[in-house]
Order: sequence, then structure tokens, then C-alpha cells
Amino acid sequence: MRRGLARLTFIDLFLWGFRLLVILLVLYGTAGTLRAGRYSAEQWFDFVIFGLAQGGIYALIALGYTMVYGILRMINFAHGEVFMSGAFTAYFLAIWLGASGVLDRRPLVGLALVLALAVAVSTAVALLVERVAYRPLRRAPRLVPLITAIGASFFLQYTFRGLYGAGIKAYPEIALFVGEVGVGGFTILRTQVVVLVTAAMMMVALYLFVMRTRTGKAMRAVAEDKDTAALMGIDVDRIIVVTFALGGAAAGVAGILYALVFKQVHFFMGFIPGIKAFTAAVLGGIGNIPGAMLGGMFLGVVESVGPALFLDGLGIVAPYQLKDVIAFTMLVMVLIFRPSGILGERLAGKRA
Amino acid sequence: MAGLLVVQGLTKRFGGLVAVNALDLVVAEHAIHSVIGPNGAGKTTLFNCVTGFYQPEEGRILFRGEPIEGLRPDRICRLGITRTYQNIRLFANMTARQNVLLGQHVHLRSTWVGAIVASRFTRQEELQAHREAERLLAFVGLRGKGGVLARNLPYGDQRRLEVARALATRPVFLLLDEPTAGMNPRETHDMMDFIRRLRDDLGITIGLIEHQMRVVMTISDRVTVLDYGTKISEGTPREVQGDPRVIEAYLGSRRASGGDR
Amino acid sequence: MRDALAVGLLSGAVAVYLALVGVVEQLHGRLVLAEPVRLSLGQVALFLAGLVGAMAVARRAAAGSPAAAVLAGALAGVSAGAVLSMLVLAGPALNVRAMFVNASPPLFDLITLGRGPGGVPAILALWGALGAAAGAAARLPAGARRPLAWGAAAVLLLSIFQELAQLILQAGERTAVVADLLFTSDSPTPGAAAVVFVATVALNALWRARGEGFRRRTETIPPAARRVLRMAGPALAVVAALLLPAVGGAFISQVLVIVGLYTLMGLGLNLEVGFAGLLDLGFVAFFAIGAYTVGLLTSVGSLGIAQMSFWAALPVAVIVALVAGVVLGIPVLGIRGDYLAIATLGFGEIVRLLVLSDFLRPWLGGSQGLLDIPKPVFGGVELVGPEHLFYVTLAFSALVAYVAWRLQDSRLGRVWMAIREDEDVAEALGVDLVSAKLLAYGLGAAFAGVGGAIFAVMLGSVFPHSFQLLISINVLALIIVGGLGSLPGVIVGALALVGLPELLREFGEFRFLVYGALLVVMMLLRPEGLWPAAEQRRELREHVEATEPALEAAAAPPTAGEPTGG
Repeated sequence: MRRGLARLTFIDLFLWGFRLLVILLVLYGTAGTLRAGRYSAEQWFDFVIFGLAQGGIYALIALGYTMVYGILRMINFAHGEVFMSGAFTAYFLAIWLGASGVLDRRPLVGLALVLALAVAVSTAVALLVERVAYRPLRRAPRLVPLITAIGASFFLQYTFRGLYGAGIKAYPEIALFVGEVGVGGFTILRTQVVVLVTAAMMMVALYLFVMRTRTGKAMRAVAEDKDTAALMGIDVDRIIVVTFALGGAAAGVAGILYALVFKQVHFFMGFIPGIKAFTAAVLGGIGNIPGAMLGGMFLGVVESVGPALFLDGLGIVAPYQLKDVIAFTMLVMVLIFRPSGILGERLAGKRA
Repeated sequence: MAGLLVVQGLTKRFGGLVAVNALDLVVAEHAIHSVIGPNGAGKTTLFNCVTGFYQPEEGRILFRGEPIEGLRPDRICRLGITRTYQNIRLFANMTARQNVLLGQHVHLRSTWVGAIVASRFTRQEELQAHREAERLLAFVGLRGKGGVLARNLPYGDQRRLEVARALATRPVFLLLDEPTAGMNPRETHDMMDFIRRLRDDLGITIGLIEHQMRVVMTISDRVTVLDYGTKISEGTPREVQGDPRVIEAYLGSRRASGGDR
Repeated sequence: MRDALAVGLLSGAVAVYLALVGVVEQLHGRLVLAEPVRLSLGQVALFLAGLVGAMAVARRAAAGSPAAAVLAGALAGVSAGAVLSMLVLAGPALNVRAMFVNASPPLFDLITLGRGPGGVPAILALWGALGAAAGAAARLPAGARRPLAWGAAAVLLLSIFQELAQLILQAGERTAVVADLLFTSDSPTPGAAAVVFVATVALNALWRARGEGFRRRTETIPPAARRVLRMAGPALAVVAALLLPAVGGAFISQVLVIVGLYTLMGLGLNLEVGFAGLLDLGFVAFFAIGAYTVGLLTSVGSLGIAQMSFWAALPVAVIVALVAGVVLGIPVLGIRGDYLAIATLGFGEIVRLLVLSDFLRPWLGGSQGLLDIPKPVFGGVELVGPEHLFYVTLAFSALVAYVAWRLQDSRLGRVWMAIREDEDVAEALGVDLVSAKLLAYGLGAAFAGVGGAIFAVMLGSVFPHSFQLLISINVLALIIVGGLGSLPGVIVGALALVGLPELLREFGEFRFLVYGALLVVMMLLRPEGLWPAAEQRRELREHVEATEPALEAAAAPPTAGEPTGG
């Protein structure tokens, strides 16, 4: 401690002040909100469930970011577009199935078909981006793939805008999923149940794949050290392809879940969830698969509960406008104070 | 205890591993003081603690009688301690000249405002600094190579450039981390002469980590032997050479390949 | 031959993509030629997909006789045509339009040349012929192929920029005559196209034949004269820049002002990313802070607080941006690399969201922004139009570029570079990382603040929507495309990534499509940028020297891949 003090500078003081300020604001806001008692228990419950549903979507997208970062050490900026492409394409199938009555008569079959198409398209786009934009740049300086990813992101956005049009498309409702179910005095929207269950299944499946299968083991080996893995006889290129495919598939599922919750798709829909999901991946500790899941859920809930809980009590008008401020503040604080994330293992410190 | 650098009870841990354990060390002024030991003995960790890269958990480091442990590396550099690195760390995309100019950083006074308005002081100081850089480059045998990017220099030149950059800080105490690593006998011989000149001509105290026993035994005034972070022997080269514990550490069953070449 | 088939199918797929994504129809409105044949840019785009494929195939099949090359090209062309035919046949039958908004009857008409489904044989024939021609062209010696390609490219450029050129030329009475000579209402005149084609071909051929000699002769010019000549280039550029608004009119000036603002931001970000290696994705925040400061201080509307003049508010804006840069820099001092990019992205978004929120609306106007910002007055003249603001922007860009240039070679510039290379070693050599990094953040932010201040008076109002993350990304992209760490690179990058898209505004959203594709292609083919920094360039030259014999050896057989000219 003596040494710690000797080295303490105004920077540390500034950071401590910053941390203290945020904590105080949160505590003060929470106390204020709770004292005012403006929200009922049901409302809080709704916030949390919505947060979990939204968080599940973030988590699925975040998996793609985190797996790719774990292996290639690059931020796949185009991943939000991978998410968009599946949901946007599957929209046409959903409309067709809706018009022909399949969605009403066999809703689960219909949903499965839509999911399958979305997964197929998202995976294909993810693989295409990897092949064209990233593979030739494996050994390039760090900034180069970043710019390539940004370029690919633009290209995909405007490709789908050109192909499918610029308008916002309303996803068809599935009758089975309309309405609510009761859980011990509370009610949950059926779509949210679907989203939560699907997201959870997907995450468990992915986790088991990575932890239990040979390919999963190879993925972890490549993430640890590409060159050594190659020396051990692992086909690194193939593993990278598998990683992108898995990320794409998860993003495809996330796209459909997003469409179920928010009922609409458009060419720009990947941007914000993409950034959020990246935040989630960082929150959980990038490169860490359970971390991405936890980070996604955590971010979803904080975003949903936070404005009411922290900001309302501070007397801020229209606190919901600031939900992204909460998300980004959390992101910045994690990066500053715990860059390895909530479940962080590896520290990316020296990778400048 | 007098001495340029005094280390008392220094301990540095990484998790459960004790890299340097309650180490005492005195480096006399104008000495060439070698630190040897098998791989992983804590030599480089010791250097890192002295130069401020690491903060030791316990112990004191006194430089000219003043405590320096826990100071930031740039402060320690200003006090007159500079180092080179085991795996050369030049500014790869800067020219040799720019590398040496950066080494002079602490002795320059011009400010960024002066640079923008191109004040007379700045211009003169830069001119001076460039001249000094050329002098230092020539001193280490890199005359005429000032414009070459550091990463394009051959290996031996890179080592020399790193020394030139360190000398540009005008150090009192220079820590050399395996300066002859990867050199052939001829280059090694030149480097030994060069290290002596640093001490004899420039009056710089030298701390040296070295694996080649011939080098250590030839040029050191004093040798400290580390093993598992602990000092197991110290003395003149002759004394250390005959110490059974040193022979045990080096030739013992554990790591016969540890060093002596 | 299987190769030819595969490539043909691929280029057919590209053609279908271009058709469905809307590029073909969008470009169809623009004619390359009206007489003797009606040829639109859209058709050219479609054909180019086939041509490039056929040429590549023919080049690869070149081991055989010229006939083999022609045959391979033809086969590739026919298979590409077949893919397109499928689109034309399947399109109306399957009601593809329900999904692809561009799959409209006019598009099909365009592809079948107005013959409907019966046009399939014609398509196959046409594409086969095109492929054969491409195959033959691929076998031409480079001395003939390159000039021809350049000529074709020049005619295309004439067509792409005709509206712009007309706009400029119609402004003056005498130049309007030139405009009438060059263009009809919707296309370049046949004469103009022919002249441009022939001139380009001739010039190119001449340069190929005599260029070496010319270059050698310049080397014999005495050094003093050469220095004068070398200064002539930049001097001409300056003069041209000064005259541009007078020549180009309001539209060009407006584009140039925007390029100038991006240059200011680019110079600032270059200080952080290019010099000091600090990746910043929240940079637009400082642009916003500059704009809002000027807005608040000068606005005569309800939210204005001081009603100051622009010139008095400008230094305040710069200082506020500088302080903001330092304050936002402090928390991220210890963060490196990608994480720094994300943290700064977070800060940038936080700033934008706060400004946008109703919470701060009483002070900053929320989404309605700040209104009624008066134009600056200089020497009694109100600087209203973009022509005036151009000079303001130019002056400040020049000033800022000068500052950046002075800093680059200074003690501080060296320190930044050292931090970029290895900040641990820099610190061990006595560099105070805190002050050096904060100076980079602060000065970079100050540069962006200047841009923001001009932006505020240019629009006369400030809205949070102007400060999207996209701007930060754009600025980063432009300094990298220009050449990281290179000052001329910033200007070149701004012209390429901001100026060109602005000039081609009429092509709608497809500029972003092209923009994205170009970013990718650029990073694949020329990652060091259009105008790399001095050290990089030197490096490159040495690299080229080292590998040149190898390249020449590889280029000797006619099979060697040369980039297609044009």
C-alpha cells in the first residue's frame, strides 16, 4: 500500500472520482426511484423479462464476435450485417408462409423453416465475408482488417438495401405466439418465452459443441495459439471457417428472434444490435463463450431495467432515451477498470 | 553501505511464483557487474524491477542513496538508469537516427509550441540533437546508416543501435540484457571491447546479464549468481567460478543445458 | 474449358447481382453514347462483368493458340449470358419482384434488349460475341491493350461526370459553348466521345513509347531547375485550389467545404492514430463539441447564450474541444489497441446520446438542435455562400496541416511515433506517456473542433444527427485509405472517400455500396494507402527494388497476370 500511494497520481484520483461518481449516481437514483414507488412489481418483472429476451438476442450475436475475436484477434465489424441478412431474407419466406396459411396451421414447422433459411443465409454471408475480405489479410497489420470489415459492413448493408428495398418490413405475426402466459401471478408475453427458450437452447448447443466435440477442441486450441495448433496437425483455415459458420448461424437465429420481438426488419437493423452485442462480448470478457452469453443477458437486463431504476430517481426526463448511455457507460467502465471482462481470462493488454 | 545501486530484500512474485526472493545486491560505482544464472533464475525480473517495469512486492532499491522502487520508468530513466533488451526492442518503423534522437528526449527542452512556431531555440536544439545523434551512431559503428529504418538493419547493427539509443539518455548506470546473444565470436569480442570502453572512456557503470561465461569471466569486476530468484553466490569471477553451489546450479541434474556455452 | 465455364457462371452471377441490386437500372439513365448505338452506363456495367471474366479466362488459357483464347472467352461469355437468361426467364414467371424490388419489367427489357423471353438467343449471341472479343483483346500485346483500355475508361469517365461537367461549363457563356460541343442533353456527343477516346489512346501510347526517354531527360535537368519544377506542382495545386470556387460554382464549393471539414478531422485523427497509434472511434464527439460550442456562443436563437461573433467563438470552441479531448483521454490512458477503439466509440456515442436526449434539451435543444447561427462576417462581408466558406475552410485546413507538419518532425512527433511503436520502451527512455498521450488527444480534438466550428456556421444550425458514429468511421477510413501517418494522404483520402461520393450524389445510395467495396478492395490490394507516409514509401521502394527482378521474370511469359488497365 505504501508503494501504491507513492505511485498514485492525479490520473488515479481522476479515475477513482469517476468510479465513485457513477456509483453514487446509481445508488442515489435507485434510492430515489424506489422511494417514489412509481413502478409496480409487475412492471419490474416485465422489465426484467424483456431485458432477458433482448439480452438473449444480444448474447447470440455476441457469440459470433467473441469466437472470431478469440481466434483472429479482430473485431468483425460486419457481424451486425450477418445478423441482418438472415432475418431480412427469411422475411420473404415468412410472408409467403403466412399468406399460404402455414404459419397458422403449423406454426412450429413454419418457424423452423424460417429459422433454417435465416441460418443458411447468415452463415453463407459470414463465410463469404471471411473468404473474400478476411482470409487474404490474416497476417496484415491490425488496422487493415478493421477497415476491411467496415467496408464489408457498408457493402452488405447497401447490397441488401438494393436487393430488398429501403423500407421497413413488418414481420408477420404467428397466431400461436400472440398473447401471454401466466407464471405465478405474473404474465409473460409468449414471444418472449419463445425467444428465451430458443436462445437458451442455442447457447447450450454451442457451448457443448465448443467444449465437447473434436472440432470444438480444435477451435479452442487455435484460439490459444494458431501456429502451435497448426503444428499439431489442426487445419487452421478449416477451423476459422467453422468459427465463422457457427457465429453466422447464431446470428441467423438471433435475427429471427429479433424479428419476433420487434416485429420488423430493415437493411440497417444490424448496426445497433451489432454494437450492443459487441459491448456484451466485451462485458463478458472477449474470447470467452460463456462470458458472451452472460454479458449479453446482463446488458439486456441493465438496459431494460436501468433507465427506470437508476435514472428516473435522478429526476431525468424521458430516461429511456438514455438506455444506450447506460450500456456504453458500462462498456467504458469495464474497459477502464476490468478490461478482461466479467468472466475475463485473457488480458488483451499488450496487444497494441 | 555505499554503492551506486543498492538493492535490499527485493521480492517480486507473479501469482504463486517467486521470481526474485529477498535479494540483496550492491553495485559499486564504475564497476562492470554481471548477473548470471540458469534460465528463469530471475535475472531479467531483477532488471525490470530496477528500471520500474515491475513494482516489487517487498524491499528497497536505492540509486545514489535515493529510493527508486515504485517510480515510473520514465522517472527512473531521468535519474540516469537505462537498459537494453534481451530480444531487441527498437522502434522498428523509425529510422536509426530517430531512434537515437528519441533517446535524447530527456535532455531536450523544446516544447511543441516552439516546434510549431519554429523558434530559434527549437531549431538550434534540434540541430544540436541531430549532431549528437550522428556522433553516437558513429561511436557505435553505424556511421552513415542514420536514415535506415531500424527494422531493416542487420541483427548486429540493431544491437548496436539499441546501445546507441541507450547512450543517448546519458546514463550513469547502463543495464545490458544479453548484449552478445546471437553474435559470432568476432562480434562478441568487439562487443566486449565496446562494453569496456563504455566504462573506461565514458565512466558508465554497467550491469550485465550474460550467458556466455567467457564474456562474463573476462570483463566483469564482480559477478552475482542467481538461481530460483535467490542469490547463491557473489564475488570476483574467479571466486564465483570455484563456488560449488554455482557448479551445482549450472551442472546439476536439473538443467544441464542452462547456460554455459 | 471447365475453367471458362466456371468463370463464366461466376461473372453471370455478378451480372445478376448488379441487376438485382439496382445498379444497372440506376445507371441505365445515364448514356455513354446515344449515336450510333444507344449504350447506357447500366449496360456497360452489365457487360463489364462478362468482359472481365472472359478476359481472365482467356489470359489463363493463353498457353494455347489465339483461337483457344477467343474460344475460351466466347464460352465464358455464353455461360454468363446463360445465367442472365435464366434471370430473364425465371423473373416474370416466379414473380421474383415480390422479393427483389429491382426485378422490374424495365430491367428485363434492358437485359433482353426489349425482346422479352424471345430475346434469349440474342442474349447468348451477344454475350458470346463479347466474350470472344474480350478473349481476343486479352491476346493483344500490352502496348496496344493498355491504351485501348485507358481510352474506354476515359469515355466512361466522361459519361459519369457529364452532369457535373455540364453544371460547371454551363455557368459561363463561353464555356457553355464547349458544353454544347461535348454533350447532348443526356449523353456525350459521338464526336466528343471519339475525340476523348482517340486522344487518350494516343497519349497513352505515346507515353508508353517515349515515357522512359522523357523521364531520363528530366534527370539531366540541373538540380536547381529541378527544384523549381518540383515546387511548381504544389504551387499549381495551391493556385488551382484558390481558383476552384470561382470556376466550379456553388456546388463544387460546397463539396470542397465538406472535403475540407473532413480534412480537418482527418488531420486531427491522424495525429492520434497515425502518429501516436491511439485508435479512436469516437472522434466525431470533438467535431460535435466544436460545433455546439460555436452554436451556443453565436446563436441569436432562443438557446444562444452569448451572441458572440464567429471569430470570437472559434478560439473558445477550439479550447473547449481541446479540454474535452484531454478529459476524455484521461480515463483511457491505460487502454491499448482494439480496446481503446471500443472505449472511445463508447464515449463518442455517450456524447451524441446525451446531446440528443430530452434531458439536456433545455440547454442543447435535443433533436431540434441549435438554430439561427449567424454567418461569419469578414472585413464587412458576410460569408454566406459555400464559395466564401471554402476559403475559410481552406485557410484553416492549411493552418492545421502546417501545425501537424511542424509537429511531425518535432521532439513531440518523435515521442508519438515511439509510443506507436512500443510504448513500454518509450517510457523506459524517459518519455512521460501521460502528457504525450494527452497532448495527442487534446491537439487532435482541437483540430476536429475547428472543423466543427466551421460546420456550425456552414449549416447555420447544429443537430445531433450530424454526429453519427458513421462520421468517425469515415474519418478513420479516409486516413487509412490516404495512407496512415501521411499528411498529403489525409487530403487525398478526403478527396477520394468524401469528395467523390459527394460529386456522385446523383447515383444515390449506390455510392455507399461502391464505397464499401472499394474499402475492401483497397485494403486487399494497397493496404499502405494511396499516398503512404515517407517511411512507408521508402520501405516500399526498397521492397520493390529487392523483388523487381523476380517480378520481371514472372512477367516475361504472356501468361502473367497484369492488372486490367482502366
